[in-house]
Amino acid sequence: MKEIWYRFSKNKLAMTGLLFISCFVLIALGAGWIAPFDPYALGTEMLGKPSIHHWLGTDQLGRDILSRIIYGARISLRVGVIAVGVALLIGATMGILAGYFGKWVDAIISRITDVLFSIPDILLALSIMAILGASTTNLMIAIGIVYTPIFARIARSAVLSIKSSLYIEAARSIGVGHIRIMLKHVLPNIMAPLIVQITLSFAFAILAEAALSFLGLGAEPDTPSWGTMLNEGKDWMESAWWIAVFPGLAITIAVLSFNILGDGLRDALDPKSNKH
Amino acid sequence: MLSYIVRRILVSIPVLFGISIVTFFMIRLVPGDTVTALLGTRYSEEQAIQLKAYYGLDKPLYIQYLIWIGNVLRGDLGRSSFSGDSVMQSIIERLPVTLELTLISVLIASLVGIPLGIWAAYRHNRLPDYMATVVGLLGISIPGFWLGTIFILLFALKLGWAPSSGYISFWENPLQNLHHMWMPGIALGAAVSAVVMRMTRSTMLEVLSEDYMKMARAKGMSPLRLLTRHALKNAMIPIITVLGIQIGYLIGGSVVIEQIFSLPGIGRLALQAITNRDYALMQGTILFVGFCFVVINLIVDILYSILNPKIRY
Repeated sequence: MKEIWYRFSKNKLAMTGLLFISCFVLIALGAGWIAPFDPYALGTEMLGKPSIHHWLGTDQLGRDILSRIIYGARISLRVGVIAVGVALLIGATMGILAGYFGKWVDAIISRITDVLFSIPDILLALSIMAILGASTTNLMIAIGIVYTPIFARIARSAVLSIKSSLYIEAARSIGVGHIRIMLKHVLPNIMAPLIVQITLSFAFAILAEAALSFLGLGAEPDTPSWGTMLNEGKDWMESAWWIAVFPGLAITIAVLSFNILGDGLRDALDPKSNKH
Repeated sequence: MLSYIVRRILVSIPVLFGISIVTFFMIRLVPGDTVTALLGTRYSEEQAIQLKAYYGLDKPLYIQYLIWIGNVLRGDLGRSSFSGDSVMQSIIERLPVTLELTLISVLIASLVGIPLGIWAAYRHNRLPDYMATVVGLLGISIPGFWLGTIFILLFALKLGWAPSSGYISFWENPLQNLHHMWMPGIALGAAVSAVVMRMTRSTMLEVLSEDYMKMARAKGMSPLRLLTRHALKNAMIPIITVLGIQIGYLIGGSVVIEQIFSLPGIGRLALQAITNRDYALMQGTILFVGFCFVVINLIVDILYSILNPKIRY
């Protein structure tokens, strides 16, 4: 663990990513204290330019953009945590079962992941949203389902690489049950690739939430979600560029931070990939 | 080679079968009965009878599936409940737009991503490498729909270099067509360029450290010849894989870009189907896109075996 942290802390880019993510989490959690205005409060100054009073300007309904971006971090974080949680829980379980039991269990699970992989993620998420209806909760479920197969694949291949290890065989030979082996011996040893994927999936989830809300099939209208703000802002591009530009910048910074962290974690957890 | 290709095609069949099952049952998950799901709440008795006959709705579920898949295999994807048009016809009409958009994006990704990746690997741990790393990370992090919006603001509204929306067919007026398509092409291709660049860089770094590369360098081969004749050829397989996978995702990614630039492609058709709850059209487009994805993967895998005869399934 110490060695991993040492390798990670030497990577300046990854440390910057971690710093930004810490800020992002703090902003999301403390939105109520940090935001200068109520994100839903309608103001009298519509399409106001960035000023001392409203640092990032106001939108077409006079709402403060900075406050909405701050509250938007909360939505992105919530969608990220739950969507990635759903994907990890279902995907890793499927992957461990496939890798551990092999044979027909593997064949069925692998075909399911192949099929889900064949439908482009945005299209699959949109279809699920069309069936479930547009709401933030359904959005989290849809994104979670979309990113399930990637966790299944990663967990499966990680299990396959450790399946014939001595410690697993030893546990099996003294009669330890399958579930106990999977939880106590397999899971802790496949955590490294899963952790990297969790970080990268956070970036995907934020992007997917924004894209779906941008298309009007994500968070409810009026919600201060970064995607919804961008969607509303694009109609005012000519007269008020700030409504669309700042939420996009927020998405980019958040996604970039998770991508940098994911890259850094991969290098730290897998020293072999560190040679480049 | 032929037996490999045949085997590879056979492996794709269960996946195609799976996609058809997912798309078939997706509609069954919609709350309410299938007739209301497909036709909405306002429909005539005649429409309902037609629909019941098309899907065999009075028969058991597996028979319904067999009837539907039989229709699909004959090229009949049903009719849009919104416009009444044939789903297959709508897809065929819109296919050229999405194909062109995908092609432009892949072209941009290859022309930008591969040379940048090679350059970064060749100047490893120096300024070009650092710059390429940052650009690559930015490329995969900037949302395509935001980039598209910024492009419209900058190039269409402020500078007037391109129209902000609309489409003219390539065969009607090639120059006007490219004038309309370059902006969406770059907006869609930026992320793919970044992915291709990152992949090219890491595989080139691996290849450049091989003994035969050191040997070629020791023999005094020029850097250009070294990179193009020896290194790139051996680094091409992972790059082609990434490009192949990306083509599949580009078809999906085009949903957002086509919407922003008002391009009448498959992505926009799928989005229209989804927002109108036009389930027959939704089913048809998803099935079609999934099918394309499987076929593209198949082609990529066959290309593999041609590029590297050692790879066998």
